[in-house]
Amino acid sequence: MASSGSKRPGFSRRARFGVFAGYVIAVTGAMIGFGLILIAMFDPQGFASIRGTVSDITAPVSSTGRGAVQQGGRIDDRIADWWNAGRQNAELRAELDIARRRLIEAQVTDLENRRLRQLAGLIERQSPTIATARLVNSSLTSSRRLATLFAGRSDGVLPGLPVRAADGLVGRIVDSGRNASRVLLLTDRSNIVPVKIVRNGTPAFTTGRGDGKIEVRSLEAGNNPFERGDILITSGTGGIYPPNIPVAVIVEVFGDTALGTPLANPASLDFAIVQPAYEPPPEASGIIDTGNEPGFSEER
Amino acid sequence: MSRLHSADANISAIRARLSLIPSVSVVAASLVSLLPLVAQSPMMPPLALMIFLGWRLLRPEIWPLWAGLPFGLFDDLLSGNPIGSGMLLWTGILIILDLAENRTIWRDYWIDWLLATAALTSYIFITMALSAFTGGGWVLNPILPQIGISILLVPLVFRLCARLDAWRLAL
Repeated sequence: MASSGSKRPGFSRRARFGVFAGYVIAVTGAMIGFGLILIAMFDPQGFASIRGTVSDITAPVSSTGRGAVQQGGRIDDRIADWWNAGRQNAELRAELDIARRRLIEAQVTDLENRRLRQLAGLIERQSPTIATARLVNSSLTSSRRLATLFAGRSDGVLPGLPVRAADGLVGRIVDSGRNASRVLLLTDRSNIVPVKIVRNGTPAFTTGRGDGKIEVRSLEAGNNPFERGDILITSGTGGIYPPNIPVAVIVEVFGDTALGTPLANPASLDFAIVQPAYEPPPEASGIIDTGNEPGFSEER
Repeated sequence: MSRLHSADANISAIRARLSLIPSVSVVAASLVSLLPLVAQSPMMPPLALMIFLGWRLLRPEIWPLWAGLPFGLFDDLLSGNPIGSGMLLWTGILIILDLAENRTIWRDYWIDWLLATAALTSYIFITMALSAFTGGGWVLNPILPQIGISILLVPLVFRLCARLDAWRLAL
């Protein structure tokens, strides 16, 4: 087919003006779009209120179907369970035997720990909860990994607060509306979490890769302290994320880095828990500062 | 006189209805990102832009040059891309298509597919770069499957637009 070219308006002055005006509006609008991006570049939180309002409107829509989708997503797991019942039963029995022995050991350690803590005079603090809510949807086309949490300012959810699930860390709040807020997931490229290896306490940090996995780097140069199957927990360094939340398990080790899978899978999560931001204990500098005890901030 | 007047009103109603179905289809494609799914990677192709392009390539006169502004802004608000990127890129795509059409001699199915491929690839890549500049991070591997799926879905979207077009004109 021969190309028709664009709409040549002919000799009508009015039609020509219409085409010209179309160009002017389009180019002006595109420049405004570019301006909005520039604003976001220098102030990434600049449009937080707009984003928050949009999440307020969209969260109820997504939340209605969320329960059904979660149930549907597990059907294949259930079929696989039936299929593998016999083999799985034997495996689980063997695991249970080992776990029972470990449990007794752990109980003994727990008892000893409690006794030692009493001796040291440490106060145990339960990690408080600000809100418990569902993750209702997430960015599907964008390269950012942002999910919508169905709890907002009216529930006390504010930007910067850590979000976790029973299984492990989910991410942190980036902006919040009245009834819904957006969570920067662990797997987003810009989410950096200070962690340590459970096995020996080696400090490291994780960065999202944008594809459901996270990259783990050690803080020590030269040697690679990671092994396959290592569990990473938050170290609490630098604040925001409270210490000792499970983060990921190492699945592959490369030259200097390792690849981990997050322990909490946001796709099959029932509920996420928003916690107060953690404040690390002040540096021991010789001056005794009694006002700031390590632990969760109280003003929330 | 009153008959003439009613005929006029009729025509404007028909015009409105003719542009309604394309607009609604683009907005509906934007709304797909409200599906209650939590994705671990950018797995979904930019459906709204694909349908927008499908209409543009099927009926070049259907969108005024500024049509990318409202649709792009609406898509930005829902998709999680930086606000303004859709306004900029959708309009840019329309202007480039407009310029390109004045220079090409032949138009066929394959050239349409090629144009859509170029538009979608650059759109996905540039939005990734813009999100990286506005607080995100540079991710290349996860968007490659997305680009592939988008290119392969283009014929299907053309079909969908053609179906909707036939329905629209038959109404």
